Amino acid sequence: MASVLTIDIRKQFGEVTAVNGVSLEARDGEFMVLLGPSGCGKTTLLRVIAGLEKATSGEVLIGGRVVNELPPRARGIAMVFQSYGLYPHLTVWNNIAFPLRTQGTPREQIRRKVEWASRLLGIDHLAHRRPRQLSGGERQRVALARALVREPTVFLLDEPLSNLDAKLRASARSELKAFQQTVRTATIYVTHDQVEAMGMGDRIAVMDHGTLRQVGSPTEIYEHPADEFVASFLGTPPMNLIERDGGSLGFRPEHFLPKKLLNGFAVQEFQFRVDRMEYLGSERILYGALDGRAAKREVTAKLPAHVALDGISAGAWHPFAVRERELRYFDREGRRPSTDNGEPPP
Amino acid sequence: MTAIAAFTPRPRYRFLLDRSELLGPLFIAPAILYVVVLVALPFFLAIYYSISAFTIYDPSYRFVGAKNFFDVIQSEVFRRTLINTFIFTIGAQIIGLLLGKFAAMLLMQDFPGRGLARALVVLPWAVPVSLATLAWQWMFDSLYSVINWTLIAIGLVNAEHPPQWLGQRDLAMIAVTVVHAWRLFPFGVVIFIAGFTSVPKDVLDAATVDGAGFWRRNYQIILPIIAPIVVIALIFGTVFTFTDLSVVYLLTKGGPINATQVLGSLAFQVGILSGDVAHGAVICLFLFPFLLIAVVFMLRALRRREI
Repeated sequence: MASVLTIDIRKQFGEVTAVNGVSLEARDGEFMVLLGPSGCGKTTLLRVIAGLEKATSGEVLIGGRVVNELPPRARGIAMVFQSYGLYPHLTVWNNIAFPLRTQGTPREQIRRKVEWASRLLGIDHLAHRRPRQLSGGERQRVALARALVREPTVFLLDEPLSNLDAKLRASARSELKAFQQTVRTATIYVTHDQVEAMGMGDRIAVMDHGTLRQVGSPTEIYEHPADEFVASFLGTPPMNLIERDGGSLGFRPEHFLPKKLLNGFAVQEFQFRVDRMEYLGSERILYGALDGRAAKREVTAKLPAHVALDGISAGAWHPFAVRERELRYFDREGRRPSTDNGEPPP
Repeated sequence: MTAIAAFTPRPRYRFLLDRSELLGPLFIAPAILYVVVLVALPFFLAIYYSISAFTIYDPSYRFVGAKNFFDVIQSEVFRRTLINTFIFTIGAQIIGLLLGKFAAMLLMQDFPGRGLARALVVLPWAVPVSLATLAWQWMFDSLYSVINWTLIAIGLVNAEHPPQWLGQRDLAMIAVTVVHAWRLFPFGVVIFIAGFTSVPKDVLDAATVDGAGFWRRNYQIILPIIAPIVVIALIFGTVFTFTDLSVVYLLTKGGPINATQVLGSLAFQVGILSGDVAHGAVICLFLFPFLLIAVVFMLRALRRREI
């Protein structure tokens, strides 16, 4: 069953269309990531689901119930905000208890739930501190605990890791994923960070300019991007796109290898002029151009650092190749033909 | 040789701007001079005069000890004045800040003409107090009062015996308090708007999602968060009102029969107009302990909150 279902949601701010007809389903217990560049409408969509914004048209269903006219508190949602939105004047304990107090929960039950949530998130020793006395990671856990005590149908998380430093973000990512797997509550997670999306999402919904570009598992999104936008938004460096019969041909930099490494496979061969090389420790990125093929961007190849360079040097032409099955074709509109299974179109 | 010449230090005075141990005292000096000459000196001068029999008719210095203090405390007018000062100060704070809060909430809403409304609200600040008080004097006039006219028109008061705003003791006290609250009002509005804008949007959204309605959001979330700013406004307003004599002096001159006298106006009347500098100084000094207590109390309350 769907925990959250949006049907053709549109949201207009004056002349600007922030969300343009999005239909999306988050299933029970699923970790759904909304991924897109800033300003693509993902946060607006989340706020429409939460009830903090009213959709211009379309329907939001939570737990099978149309909630368009319900205020946020009656929707069975809990939300964690980018800067957590903790109440600065209340202690951690009172922050977590606040949503229960507004519901008029009996005192004893509040105590039990707050203790349960703080223990689950390992913040029970912080009960009497105020938010400003906490580290970024602790604040995030308080925000999660406050969301948890409401026992919502769905968690809505708006870039909750973006305020943490890089190192903490990595550990918070796995903690958050583990937490979600423990409580098994459907989660919609908004981010512009593809690493977070790939690492945490059961499914990823890629958005751009207010529309949904593709919904699928991380593997589907990465291996079989539905269009050129998705292909070039995911991956560092992104998919190489070169012109072909008005449409384009795409392949991932890590599949673009020196030809001799691919002996015995069905490959398409290219002459690659290496302009410069970057050594990144675990890998090398080679930047350059292809012989006789116009590319939309600089063409890149990503070689594991342990692969010997074998005379590959900047400024020279080298035979490179891509296995046929790793080639992706896009039509004139930048979309992939629905019959595409790696074969070149007729 | 030319390369070395390029490194020759610039003239010495150039480095003056880099020397914070010289610049610091230099920049602070005017402020310290101001405090010493215009705050500390008059304060000690007041203490000096308060224990003397100094009047402008007899400017010789004669030490009388605490006699002036006992004179003042025993005076019926002074005790009346002290009570008035508290009513005036507390009343004006309550009315000014309360109305300021509501106006700020209204002005935070999006509506056509909001810019104009905000500008109009700040107007009482920009109008010279003498001019504004003159306008209020007409509104409270015994014959031409627009307030009475309105009250009569809606049938709230009897046209035969309209209230004499500046002629009856209690009404005159209400009148001066209201006019002063009107002067404080723009300050209250600006402070509250600043406070409301400083509350993070995420916190408000979180409160909405958590199920807090209008009242809970306002009084359990927003007000505690902006409390430090409001306390500062309260201290400022209290000090400003406690020491103020302009409204009382311009509107009622402390009358009728000292019914609206406040410490500032009484000190002015006794010390300057009547020339009894010593007793005037004593009345002034009575401001000090009350203000000190008020400020210490509020700053402590603020620190305990510290959020």
